[in-house]
Amino acid sequence: MNVAKVLDCKGMCCPEPILDIKNAMGTLKSGDVVELQATDAGSVNDMASWSKRTGNKILEQKQDGSVYVFYVQKK
Amino acid sequence: MSEEKPKRIAIIALHGTLDLAYPPLILAGTAIAMDMEAAIFFTFYGLDILKKDLNLRVPPLANPAMPHPVPGIPMGVPNIIGVLPGMTAMATMMMKGWMNKAGVMPAEKLIQACIKGGVRMIACQMTMDVMGVKREDLIDGIEIGGAGTFLDYACDADVTLSF
Repeated sequence: MNVAKVLDCKGMCCPEPILDIKNAMGTLKSGDVVELQATDAGSVNDMASWSKRTGNKILEQKQDGSVYVFYVQKK
Repeated sequence: MSEEKPKRIAIIALHGTLDLAYPPLILAGTAIAMDMEAAIFFTFYGLDILKKDLNLRVPPLANPAMPHPVPGIPMGVPNIIGVLPGMTAMATMMMKGWMNKAGVMPAEKLIQACIKGGVRMIACQMTMDVMGVKREDLIDGIEIGGAGTFLDYACDADVTLSF
């Protein structure tokens, strides 16, 4: 996957990862993929809701130990 | 989704304690991140959240949900202790310590994120008059209004909350 930007949100809690990915969207063009790394367990549900509301698609997500990784494509 | 009129949230922030400052700010900031529109009407003690000299504190009294000072020791501080001088500062310091450890954004940063994101931050004019608060006591990036301003916005809101 061609990742245009990596967001390290490890150690942050709600709502910072969501605010950060929103800001990142503003710097990217349609079709670009962002990798977001978070340790906030709530981000799993929050990212799903964010994706549903904004239309930016989660292409893939995985858990690597305590880190949740999301690949998000800007709509 | 994108072509429709954006969803809108209208929030009233009524309290000026550290714990009650967070929910309106978090929800409004997140709403913007979710492509919604958001406004917060800061009235009565809630106006403190917009002060330049931000000094939000945690009340140690009448709060049975306050966690014990020493984790693991199931003995709380008797409520009466909360009236002693310095206990508000102590409760505030404890809460800030827990929040910092959990990675919570400082309130100042969250307020600026809301403003930058486009949350309409409305300071209540009546409260300013009652409490003797001047425009220069409040931060930049906000507007001043009254019940009419808020209601005009809230009439078209999908979600309305008060804290």
